[in-house]
Amino acid sequence: MSRRVALEASHAVAEATRMADVDVISAYPITPQTHIPERLAEMVAYGDLDAAYIPVESEHSAMSACLGAAAVGARTFTATAGQGLELMHEVVYVASAMRYPVIMAVANRALSAPLSVWGDHSDAMAVRDTGWIQVFCQNSQEAFDLTIWAFRVGEDPQVLLPVMVHLDGFTLSHVTEPVLLPEQSEVDRFLPRYHYRFALNPDQPMTHGAFGPPEIYAETKLAQAVVFDNCKKTILQGWQEFRDIFGRHYNPVEEYRTENAETLLLTIGSFTETAKIVVDARREKGEAVGLISLRLWRPFPFEEFRRAVRGAKTLIVFERAISFGLGGPVVAEVRSALYDEETRPKVASIIGGLGGRDMSEEDFEYVIDRGREVAEKGSDRVLETVGIRGESEALKR
Amino acid sequence: MTDKLTWKDMEVGNIVKEAGNACFRRTGDWRTERPILDKDKCIKCALCWLYCPDASIKPGEDGYYEADLYYCKGCAICARICPVEAISMTEEEER
Amino acid sequence: MAITEVKFGDRLLTSKEFLAEGHNFCIGCGEPMAIRMVLKTLGENVIMAMATGCDEVTTTPLPYTSWRIPWMHTLFENTAAEISGVEAGLKILMKKGRIPERRITCIAMAGDGGTSDIGLQALSGALERGHDFVYICLDNEAYMNTGIQRSSSTPYGASTTTAPAGKMSMGQITRKKNIVAIAAAHGIPYVATASPSYHFDLMRKVRKAADTKGPAYVHILTPCPTGWRCGGDITVQIGQLAVQTGVFPLYEIEHGRYRLNADPPRLKPIEEYLKLQGRYRHLTDDHVARIQEMVNEDYAGLKEKAACFPVEAKE
Ligand SMILES: Cc1ncc(C[n+]2csc(CCOP(=O)(O)OP(=O)(O)O)c2C)c(N)n1
Ligand code: SF4
Ligand code: SF4
Ligand code: SF4
Ligand SMILES: [Mg+2]
Repeated sequence: MSRRVALEASHAVAEATRMADVDVISAYPITPQTHIPERLAEMVAYGDLDAAYIPVESEHSAMSACLGAAAVGARTFTATAGQGLELMHEVVYVASAMRYPVIMAVANRALSAPLSVWGDHSDAMAVRDTGWIQVFCQNSQEAFDLTIWAFRVGEDPQVLLPVMVHLDGFTLSHVTEPVLLPEQSEVDRFLPRYHYRFALNPDQPMTHGAFGPPEIYAETKLAQAVVFDNCKKTILQGWQEFRDIFGRHYNPVEEYRTENAETLLLTIGSFTETAKIVVDARREKGEAVGLISLRLWRPFPFEEFRRAVRGAKTLIVFERAISFGLGGPVVAEVRSALYDEETRPKVASIIGGLGGRDMSEEDFEYVIDRGREVAEKGSDRVLETVGIRGESEALKR
Repeated sequence: MTDKLTWKDMEVGNIVKEAGNACFRRTGDWRTERPILDKDKCIKCALCWLYCPDASIKPGEDGYYEADLYYCKGCAICARICPVEAISMTEEEER
Repeated sequence: MAITEVKFGDRLLTSKEFLAEGHNFCIGCGEPMAIRMVLKTLGENVIMAMATGCDEVTTTPLPYTSWRIPWMHTLFENTAAEISGVEAGLKILMKKGRIPERRITCIAMAGDGGTSDIGLQALSGALERGHDFVYICLDNEAYMNTGIQRSSSTPYGASTTTAPAGKMSMGQITRKKNIVAIAAAHGIPYVATASPSYHFDLMRKVRKAADTKGPAYVHILTPCPTGWRCGGDITVQIGQLAVQTGVFPLYEIEHGRYRLNADPPRLKPIEEYLKLQGRYRHLTDDHVARIQEMVNEDYAGLKEKAACFPVEAKE
């Protein structure tokens, strides 16, 4: 029997981590992630969670301590955001290459300068290529569910990869919503105890992290790419099992009112909920507008994505980061995913929601209208954006 | 060996399970001088054994310590540390 | 019958090599010498985390490893954080009954660069948090793995590739960072300096560090024939001279109390140490005199601290 409780998304992540019976938590505080480690530290202090909480002196050390703990076979968790993720960047790559299934929640935050503690996806985009499985949440329930699921998938003996659970800073991390909390027995059924065959221990003196001379480095990378490709199977299986036990279902690409849609809006993360309201309104008016949102970001869900946009005339990609000199990082991937398709929608890119800038329903109305225009006629702007003062004057020279 | 391995041979996370398999690597060919032990002088103190950076000096059944030339890099540390000068260095011939 | 122990002085040492033969350390390097002594002291119930540096690169070219202990390496500057995770992980897994209860010594090992410079923050954090581990710095007084660049542990007057001696430069113009005092300033229970040239002293300290509950820091001077530009045969002698001239005194700091372990009645002139090493070849008599002054100052300072806590006869 599940219980329905009001939980802030950050606390939902902490609760999921507790129910996963994590062994080691190592984290460094940064807004808007703070409520996650605070809550976990509290659980340990109150005896509600039997885990080691390491109050490290930086995010670089947070991830490094996770690697050490994972190497001896501990279930490990950390959380960060923005600058913290950037500071640990170097270590993030190591976790995946050494196949340590560290689970990390990222309360997405903009990157300095100027300093901003508020949300966008710049931090997430900067770790695209790190070899982590990555998913985005849209609400507190998902933050809970996907955290539990992350342990299940990452620690699977066929996978052994770290998983990043993205939740938007403030607009999700600090939002309190009703969450269905399952029974511990259900969680235990879904998530087996972690057993790491290669745990460092004096009875099996192994070497973790030997260095790769040119004669062998490339082979290690191909091996890593193959594993990353294969993990998709377990990802889907994990969601299947999740539905069987908890009754909620997740997809690599979530679709909303996409039936016979001519115009599709693509979003990532919590703004999807606002976008849905606007899509409803358009449908009401008889417009064939639908919405897709990328749940699974890595590995990129090529197949599901192509299937979801098949038949649409226009695809408008709304995203919360800039890749300077390129445009939107997400739209670049989306375009390349469609390149080999025989029929594909025209694609427009609109960037907004930077550094905590809110996205209202009117903003999404604009995104749809302007997006259609741009898809049809092209754009004369440096970037197509929404909600930025003077944006129409940012013309290409 | 290395140039025969394919990506399929990589252990999870590139872990090396065979502890100490570097002992299959010959480092003796770095050497320009080799240590020669004079057993008549040796007092079996084991200092050369403890100090050899390459762990090439091995305790023998007879109580003497002798260099394994498969590994010995010829640094002469053993010769220098020997309290009774029982080890001398001699030039390697052309191989 | 295989020989398992070697009688050495009044003690038995394992004949097992935890750092296997076939590694790539330069001819006559002091690092493997020190590592062998450390591991012969501690035996197999250890887990080691090692920083990037000569010792890591020379011992683990995939698919090979020289290590016969559980060993890990991830990056250059995070070794103390990594061992924090190892220690906390072992402890909680034992507490939860997931792995058998036993004493495992957690060792972090890094070069002077990985310790005094880029790894200082992680080290400070781990010492301050009080993890039960032994941190061992192998100090060869420069970034050797990348080609003899200066570190904050490079001594005054030494020539390195990023602080080279030249017409306008005498090489390193800064004083060696006192990382030992920095470690001790964390109020940790045990801090010591050691040298493989003094093997009994080194092994005793390593044992003591491992037996210490909480963080212990051991700073080992490991001569580097390549970077110091000296013969590979005199590694041990150079290490002895470092102690005999007072430039690298052997001492311990237990709960803040200093104790000198070797206090020669008269220090040898520093020149005897410097002249064996190409990295000091450019120094003028004035420079040498200045270095002598510094050594005298530092040594006197150390003796003063040690004098505050007179200690019974040495064991
Ligand atoms: C973040 C980072 N910066 C720089 C390097 C390059 N690097 C690798 S080892 C090393 C120097 C190591 O010096 P030290 O710690 O003194 O060890 P040694 O090689 O002298 O034994 C440097 C600069 C690196 N690997 N990682
Ligand atoms: S010459 Fe050097 S490497 Fe060879 S046995 Fe002697 S100490 Fe060892
Ligand atoms: S150091 Fe000299 S005396 Fe001692 S065991 Fe070696 S060869 Fe013999
Ligand atoms: S450079 Fe120096 S420290 Fe590094 S392996 Fe060579 S001798 Fe040893
Ligand atoms: Mg160094």
